[in-house]
Amino acid sequence: MISTPGRPNLVMPKAFGHLLKQLPWLALAALPLALPGYEPLVTQVFVMILFGLSLDLLVGYAGIVTLGHAAFFGVGGYTAGILSVHGIGDPIFTALCAMALAALTGLVFGGAILRTKGLTLLMLTMASAFLLYEIANKATGLTGGEDGLQGVNFAPVLGLFEFDFQGRTAFFYSLAALFFTFLFVRALINSPFGWSLRGIRENDARMAAIGCPIMRRRLIIYVISAALAGLAGALQAQSTQFVALYSLNFELSGNILIMLILGGSGRLYGAFVGVPVFMIAQDQLAKQDPANWFLGLGIVLIALVTLAPGGILGLAERAANAVKRRRSA
Amino acid sequence: METATLETRRLNRSFGSHAVTSDVNFTLRPGERRALIGPNGAGKTTFINLLAGVLRPSSGNVLLNGRDITDLDEASRIRLGIGRTFQITSLFPKMTIRENVFLAVAECEGIARNLVRSVLQYRKQLARVDELLHRVGLSDVAQLPVQLLPYGRQRLVEIAIALALRPKILLLDEPAAGIPTAESHVILDILSILPSEIAILLIDHDMDLVFRFAQQISVLVQGSILVEGTPNEIAADPRVREVYLGDSKHGRSAAA
Repeated sequence: MISTPGRPNLVMPKAFGHLLKQLPWLALAALPLALPGYEPLVTQVFVMILFGLSLDLLVGYAGIVTLGHAAFFGVGGYTAGILSVHGIGDPIFTALCAMALAALTGLVFGGAILRTKGLTLLMLTMASAFLLYEIANKATGLTGGEDGLQGVNFAPVLGLFEFDFQGRTAFFYSLAALFFTFLFVRALINSPFGWSLRGIRENDARMAAIGCPIMRRRLIIYVISAALAGLAGALQAQSTQFVALYSLNFELSGNILIMLILGGSGRLYGAFVGVPVFMIAQDQLAKQDPANWFLGLGIVLIALVTLAPGGILGLAERAANAVKRRRSA
Repeated sequence: METATLETRRLNRSFGSHAVTSDVNFTLRPGERRALIGPNGAGKTTFINLLAGVLRPSSGNVLLNGRDITDLDEASRIRLGIGRTFQITSLFPKMTIRENVFLAVAECEGIARNLVRSVLQYRKQLARVDELLHRVGLSDVAQLPVQLLPYGRQRLVEIAIALALRPKILLLDEPAAGIPTAESHVILDILSILPSEIAILLIDHDMDLVFRFAQQISVLVQGSILVEGTPNEIAADPRVREVYLGDSKHGRSAAA
């Protein structure tokens, strides 16, 4: 966790090292060149990774397991979408509004349910998402109900880049949002606040006994996570120019949790691994057997959870450790 | 450093119809080294929990420097300088020892609210963590997850966390539990180098530790203070002997 001080970096200049660390991001930015035509799919993957990152803050770091995270994704999506229908179409402004409203929703729900724990909390997160789903379903005048929100239309990003048919603008716009979110989340989990969340996850009674205001900390992270989920929802609305009831439903809440567990929660990169694996598997398996592909996924998940509780990343970590041990032995 | 006096007045606590603490008048003075002993089930841990604010009394008051703190919760009392350790080790098992102690330092110094500045930039606080680890002799294992430590050394992490909160009063609930009797001197060594202004209340069944540590001993029997005095007075008191000889489990070393 804390590096050895005073060890000079002789291999390469610092700036170059920093650049090298950004290589994966540069590779992502170059994807449209390698996979022309796949921009919309990859954009969806970025959006879901961002959504997964927001969930990881709760599940992986604060120990709050939720089956209702789509609530905030949906609030974000509908906020951005409804604003655009009413002529307010600046992408960044509407995304900020989406984050604010999702955060407010998180504050209200979190304030009501975060005093509970375990199964009760899990049920209440579900219930709060169902509540919003029903409201969106019934308020057809505002949301379009089951038909989805019609007439969504966003202005060019920064007034310059129009959302094009090929999906290039949406691709770079989502990638940029994901990049900044990643930087923020990484800073957050390495801050004293982030450490205190891990303390609460591991032993909340003990955290209380060192004077930590548990409820306040949990509420703060719930609100932050809700805001980021709202951002993901807004990006979804902007990149697809459509908001459907799906963005609030239970399946989405469940899927994003599965993707995170698949990749490995509490590891920062879990969503980066789990989301593409899940979505590519979904894409491929659904092609072969559209009706039963969930069966295959179920089997993979059961195997992973029982044999490798840390997800794919946990598995990789163990393999790396085994190799290291063998080398040193 | 500020000092503090902790008092209880006619403190009562019952669970259902069973009185676990009854009419306890007790005073812990600044810098005092006091032990609380008594047979199993005498209500020692309950009494500590009443002082720390984990439990509320059924009646009576707890006072800190004359101020009534009966209605304050655990977190508020910690901020006022009442620290404690737990009879059963309660730590953050998957985090390293340094991380464990840092959590306490961060809460004590009010930096845990910071959302984005990296932990590594808090040099002063990290230095304090290292100083505390040095004081309890855990510097060499600072980077290990707590769960890999032997139980006896986990007890030392408990003490480091309690000290990280800058207590004026330290309540130690069986700090030597789980440590072989032959090694309980480690605990005594650590306690003896603590700043003398800190008032310490120690509960332990290790009578050797208790009699070497304490200037004053209070004997709790069935929720009431039976007698208080210096170690010599307590050792010679016929009532104490009777209580301990009647309870064969923990009587041997006290009677000796």
